[in-house]
Amino acid sequence: MKALWFHLMPYPDLKDDFKQKHNSVWVDIDPGVYDPTIGHRAYNEYIDELVHAARMGFDGVCVNEHHANAYGMMPSPNLIASALARETTDAAICVMGNSVALYNPPTRVAEEFGMLDCISGGRLIAGFPVGTPMDACYAYGQNPALLRARYYEGIELILRAWKERKPFAFNGRFNKQRYVNCWPRPIQSPRPPVWVPGGGSVETWRMCAEKDFVYANLSYFGHKASKAAIAGFWNEMKAMGREPNPFQAGFLQFVGVAETRKEALDLYREPADYFYNRCLHTDPAYANPPGYTTEATVRSALGSQVMQAAEQSRRKVRADQNDIFDAGHVVIGSPDEVAETIRSVCKDMNVGNLMLLLHFGNMSAQLTRYNTDLFATRVLPQIRDLFEDKWENKWWPKGMPAQNRVLPGATFDAISGIAAQ
Amino acid sequence: MTEPRETIVSTPQGPMRVWRKGKGKRLGVLPGFGGQPRWTPFLDALAETRQVVVPSLPGFPGGPTSDGLDTHLDWIVATRDALIAADLVGADLVGASVGGALAAEAASLWPGDVKTLALIAPFGMFDEAEPIVDVFAQPPGAMSAILSNKPKDFDAFLAAPAGANRGDWDIHALRARVAAASIVWPLGDTGLLRRITRLSAPTLLIWGDGDKVIPAAYARRLGKAIAGKSKIKSIRNAGHVAEFDQPRTTATAILSFMNA
Repeated sequence: MKALWFHLMPYPDLKDDFKQKHNSVWVDIDPGVYDPTIGHRAYNEYIDELVHAARMGFDGVCVNEHHANAYGMMPSPNLIASALARETTDAAICVMGNSVALYNPPTRVAEEFGMLDCISGGRLIAGFPVGTPMDACYAYGQNPALLRARYYEGIELILRAWKERKPFAFNGRFNKQRYVNCWPRPIQSPRPPVWVPGGGSVETWRMCAEKDFVYANLSYFGHKASKAAIAGFWNEMKAMGREPNPFQAGFLQFVGVAETRKEALDLYREPADYFYNRCLHTDPAYANPPGYTTEATVRSALGSQVMQAAEQSRRKVRADQNDIFDAGHVVIGSPDEVAETIRSVCKDMNVGNLMLLLHFGNMSAQLTRYNTDLFATRVLPQIRDLFEDKWENKWWPKGMPAQNRVLPGATFDAISGIAAQ
Repeated sequence: MTEPRETIVSTPQGPMRVWRKGKGKRLGVLPGFGGQPRWTPFLDALAETRQVVVPSLPGFPGGPTSDGLDTHLDWIVATRDALIAADLVGADLVGASVGGALAAEAASLWPGDVKTLALIAPFGMFDEAEPIVDVFAQPPGAMSAILSNKPKDFDAFLAAPAGANRGDWDIHALRARVAAASIVWPLGDTGLLRRITRLSAPTLLIWGDGDKVIPAAYARRLGKAIAGKSKIKSIRNAGHVAEFDQPRTTATAILSFMNA
């Protein structure tokens, strides 16, 4: 079982009346709400939290991309990943990911991921999301009808850029690049593992199954919400005759650990309420641009998770304690209770990659550390063995041998004085 | 209101439905959002004295697929193909909203091929001082009230007729929304004002006086850019879909301009 510590990097100072005074946390959020000095503190604390998680033994640290969004302050996750590549030594750097259709040309993603893989010594997980409607179509103006086609072509271009050993011409439907020459290429050969964060789209399941990518369902509504999407992926895998290797699937789960469930309720109620009732104050108007959801998915009647979430967010209270804790949006409890739930859920869904939000909403650095440490020391040892005996994990960064890696400062700091050569 | 005659003609993009009704000089109509899911009183009013011809642009009801139309030029060429296939070269032409944007483009690039032109609140321009309303960022169910000043009637116009397969109808409606978005997303300036200077056909610019989508000032900008004869006609008690809200008044304005 792999456990990844995921940070959304929410803006921590949305006021109590944010929902009453503002239309949405995304796309049209009032720029006046943002205080760069709070941003300064938040970024640095958040990077510290990720670095701490890596030191505590989480298998990976995870960042993602959002635009014009107060609950996700990483328009460029690669900037944060770059800091993590330097400040961590063993954890996988999971960039979940770069919305390839938003990069012109997508070769930029191949290059930056190449840099991250080199800096980190081959620890990169390359995430390729199609991008949410809010990010891709509204904040970045991409035509929803063409977004998916651009996305597929972008992935094709990136994979080829990593693979080819000579400069080549790419004459795609959208990208025309006479000279593609990915300098630097990644350390991992033939490429870093590719993970795809997705909702419940038929096309995403199919692509992951066909191309041997990891499918990761990133829902903010916990394991119960992920169940149908994960089942859809396994059905697609079965239809294609692929083996159900749990390491080819992942899901996102908010978790709050304490000594007892009661203590957990006391500790995590406020940051959870901040996340669900302030950070998720989104506008359904931005959730369903024509063409974003394909006909196949519309016919599958799974509907848009983004749309459902946005519609629910217009309620006075998006989620109360029952929704948040009892319905499993956030799994809380003592270390043993949390471990039991996670083991059971992961087994039930057959998922070998657990992406954990142990910081959420406006959680303080102190509480984040408490949650992280309890999970690392008392939950992680109880779930680590899952699936490891039966399945080979083919979707984890191979990394350079430890003895070949250059640690930050190791060479340069050893030089003293002015070299006379 | 009787039904039109339907024929299926071949276009490079695929088979295309053409509706015809009435006698007299040919008058082509390129509809707006939603395309032409059913015949309307506006088309009937035009058909009293004209042979009304309604081709179906790609993605819209009756039209071939819009797959593969990646650029604005692709859409303009597909529009030209549709006009040729419907035998509308040299005819009078009406275009509404997104269909108006394409009618204006085709008439500008092939100026000899449109006799007179009527544009009902076409897209294709953008003014930061008076931005177009984002029709693609509206809460569920709000679109009709943005487009029409008779939203309930407009909902009924778009709804599945009795006996129709609701699922199929919804997919057709989705395709029409996708096609409209493909043409004008992200609602910026498509360069129409630069190209419309080539337009030679006498042009009537029609705007509903209650258009909540495209401000009336856009009609004046468009009128200024057109080198030849143009006239602006405001339709009272009408929204963006003036031809739906005031079918008789709008049809009369178009016919009197074209017949003059």
